[in-house]
Amino acid sequence: MKQYQSTKICPGHNACAGCGELTAVQAAFRGLPEKVIITNATGCIEVTTTSYPESSWGVPWIHSLFENAAALASGVLAALKVKGDTKTRVVAIGGDGATYDIGLGLISGMWERGERILYICFDTEAYSNTGIQASGATPYGAATTTTPSGKVTSGAHTHKKDLLGIALAHGLKYVAQSTAGFPDDITNKVKKALTVDGPSYLQILSPCIPGWKIKNDEAGELGKLAVKTGLYPLLEYINGKLSASSINAKFTPAPVQDYLNKQGRFKNLKTADLEIIKKIAEQNVSKYRL
Amino acid sequence: MSSTKKQFLEGAAAIAEVINRIKPEVVSAYPITPQTHIVEDLAQRVADNKSAYEYVRAESEFAAASIVLGASATGARTYSATSSQGLLLMAEVLYNISGMRLPVVMTVANRAISGPINIWNDHSDIMALRDCGAILLFAETHQEAIDQHVLAYKIAEFLNLPVLVNVDGFIMTHAFSGCYLPDSKTIKKFLPKRNLVKGEYLNPQFPVTMGVFGGPDSYYLFRQLLQKDLLNSLKNIKKEYADWKKIFPTPKESGTLTSNGLIEYYGSKKPALVIVAMGTICGTIKKVIDDYPKKIGLIKIRCYRPFPSVEIKRALKKTKKVLVLEKCYGLGHESPLKLDLSAALWGEKIDLRSEVLGLGGQDVTEKKITNLIKHYEK
Repeated sequence: MKQYQSTKICPGHNACAGCGELTAVQAAFRGLPEKVIITNATGCIEVTTTSYPESSWGVPWIHSLFENAAALASGVLAALKVKGDTKTRVVAIGGDGATYDIGLGLISGMWERGERILYICFDTEAYSNTGIQASGATPYGAATTTTPSGKVTSGAHTHKKDLLGIALAHGLKYVAQSTAGFPDDITNKVKKALTVDGPSYLQILSPCIPGWKIKNDEAGELGKLAVKTGLYPLLEYINGKLSASSINAKFTPAPVQDYLNKQGRFKNLKTADLEIIKKIAEQNVSKYRL
Repeated sequence: MSSTKKQFLEGAAAIAEVINRIKPEVVSAYPITPQTHIVEDLAQRVADNKSAYEYVRAESEFAAASIVLGASATGARTYSATSSQGLLLMAEVLYNISGMRLPVVMTVANRAISGPINIWNDHSDIMALRDCGAILLFAETHQEAIDQHVLAYKIAEFLNLPVLVNVDGFIMTHAFSGCYLPDSKTIKKFLPKRNLVKGEYLNPQFPVTMGVFGGPDSYYLFRQLLQKDLLNSLKNIKKEYADWKKIFPTPKESGTLTSNGLIEYYGSKKPALVIVAMGTICGTIKKVIDDYPKKIGLIKIRCYRPFPSVEIKRALKKTKKVLVLEKCYGLGHESPLKLDLSAALWGEKIDLRSEVLGLGGQDVTEKKITNLIKHYEK
């Protein structure tokens, strides 16, 4: 177990028991070097780790606002550059609301500047911190408090934004996707991303206990099922080319129902919705050569 | 008298030059008229390899403010400049910068707010942010703008508070005037390198958590301290200004009776009426006072936040009539400077009136001011 212990983020924070996001954060932070500065967008990670006067962070960490973790990181990097510090790595982190929605313009600006900053999106597929409202990352069919299931609808009727595609369009040399079900994969991808001399992007599906309406011990399993169903494959693009998808030879497909049926947010899916979700998984399987 | 020779400079060029000599480490900005000349000048210096700072091109004012926030939290001396809509877009960040106690210094080239869209000068932009927790300085002349930028960094870095130096868009930024620029050595004597305390800025050797979550049992403590420190900064601003003018004296106007970091009093010792105003309009008012047959005075507010109530009250001891001339409406209520003065002069037997003028670049002539005084006297 010792290899999994890290003082970069310490126990004692007040995230939900079994939180998939904090599990993913721990896995990501195991991949960081000693010399690192973190900028964090407003959201669950920030709120649960820094309730004054306590802090879970063993590394220099700053939070300012919801939408500006990327710009903060640019400022931190510029200051390090002036001071002649080329060793310290800068990592910006945020949830899907901060990344897909409110902070996207600032992330685009950071990527365009070509700065050596790793941005990690911990994707819970909704605004978890404010009570599970839909974001640009909310998948088709998921019920949230702003895309509730009702008499006529079963949940969100929009499709998840292709943020990896947006990252690739910026010419990022390293773009990857993982899930909280594969902590070692997360750690490895963080390490790889940090070797890139330029901006890099990592997106991690982070099952949310109250948001997905799952049991406290199911975050890891759902992270795995998201991959096996093809709905959230493990992906890695190096220099714009898909270099690895899922665990390739080890990939054992599973029907989407295995993933959906465990989650309260999908419990009112209509047959037509299920067909659409199946199609998304099929398209992913062919697109990403799973 | 200063040993440097008098120069004839555009306001923006004078500000850019003094900023360069102050030696910021990170500059970030986004273009908006009439602030652009300053940051274009600073960018050109980088292109010509004549400057040591990092210039980070931002994709919005929101990003520019966030970039200097991040750089300042990493221990760098920072600079940015904006105007009008840009300042409003920065609003969320500026409140955060003061809440996080970061010594960010910015120039605000004051401009009207949309709509209708208008690129010319008034004070509507900064008045919308007068409670953002930053120290707000206002300059009448190029010289004042130069002095206030040096002063801004000294106060900001001493008290860990942001300072915004307000200069009238176009009227100062694009106008040429004579001024004296302090050299880097003189500035360094007054403004040493930023003093960094271990564990109070982002550094992997001394990890720190910045920008915490403050609940009902702690949030108010942060805000109380901010308020207390802002109010207490009045004495620092006064002291530092006096110290700076000792190091870098410049010619004084003969009609000026009081001049300190907070206010200037110009005109009669026993005035029948005192005008209160801020920024470049004060130059026109001074000319009116010189020519007017009766005894008039002017209180020019140099430091608007924190508000120098005691100084103003003292300067108004000899008068019963006060006319506020300001470039911003308080939509739905009284205009901002009148409200501030009403509070400061509460209980005093003073007839306080205000006139909003010069909105969106509307010309403020000597005749207009003279007529307002005459109208008040009736």
